[in-house]
Amino acid sequence: MALSASKLKVGDTKEEVLVDDLTRTQIVMYAGASGDYNPLHTDDLFATKVAGYPGVFAHGMLTMGITGKLLTDWVGDGRLTKYGVRFVKQVWPGDTLTGKATIKEIRSEDGVSLADIEIVTTNQNGEPVVTGTATARLDP
Amino acid sequence: MAEERFPVEASHVMMFARSVGDANPIYYDPDYAAGTEVGAIIAPPTFAQASAQFTENYPLRPKIGEPWFGSGREPTGLKPKTGGDDANSDRAKGLHAEQHFEYRRPVKVGDVLILKPRPGRTWEKQNRSGHTLTFSEHIVEYFDQSGELVVTAISVGVQTGG
Repeated sequence: MALSASKLKVGDTKEEVLVDDLTRTQIVMYAGASGDYNPLHTDDLFATKVAGYPGVFAHGMLTMGITGKLLTDWVGDGRLTKYGVRFVKQVWPGDTLTGKATIKEIRSEDGVSLADIEIVTTNQNGEPVVTGTATARLDP
Repeated sequence: MAEERFPVEASHVMMFARSVGDANPIYYDPDYAAGTEVGAIIAPPTFAQASAQFTENYPLRPKIGEPWFGSGREPTGLKPKTGGDDANSDRAKGLHAEQHFEYRRPVKVGDVLILKPRPGRTWEKQNRSGHTLTFSEHIVEYFDQSGELVVTAISVGVQTGG
């Protein structure tokens, strides 16, 4: 199911808790699936003793992937034409992430209706962890 | 360098969708997917990044028979370099600053994507504590078997200098 341009307006939002209490296991699952086995994300001993972090933290791409679900659940499968983010703050095991997507513009390009969307995912302290934009193809 | 090929396989897409916490059946159920607008199992929007699994000599994947910079008996499997600061943490200094994707169509199971990297921009910025941050873009275009562009991935990395 996709969004329809006629039913959508600038300022419409969708907000959702994307992950509650992020586990180290989910970070390991992402490492395995994505192929990014950087021990910073999965190896506490390396992360603390060698890299000097308080512990392992999530791949930025995991947070981007988790945030992608908010978009595809809203705009429909296969409807994104663009999706980009900045990694603003690290995401740690135990974090709870909430995503919010807001329609910034509805426009037409070569007869195709498009929505430009602003995205922000925040942690349990209300701090943004990723911010970005996406564009989705709409039904008329 | 040999052309890099990324075969998009059903179990890989399923595992990737699970890892980002997305239970949408379009990522694993062929019967459900057949009834959707796309008509086939597709990959989640950030899946292109998983082409790393097929990148020869990808530095963030242990290489069989070679020392790995993660922990084993010691916090890192690499021998410390003499005379320098902690060279083993070099890899930890580069961070992923931004990631952008542009889609021509969804990536589908059965695609065999050909990766074409091209150079991006490099720029510098001072951070609040006066250190120089070096940003560099890495652009990869993913083409399908018929030569059509499917996805462009633009990744921005940042390195902290002294």
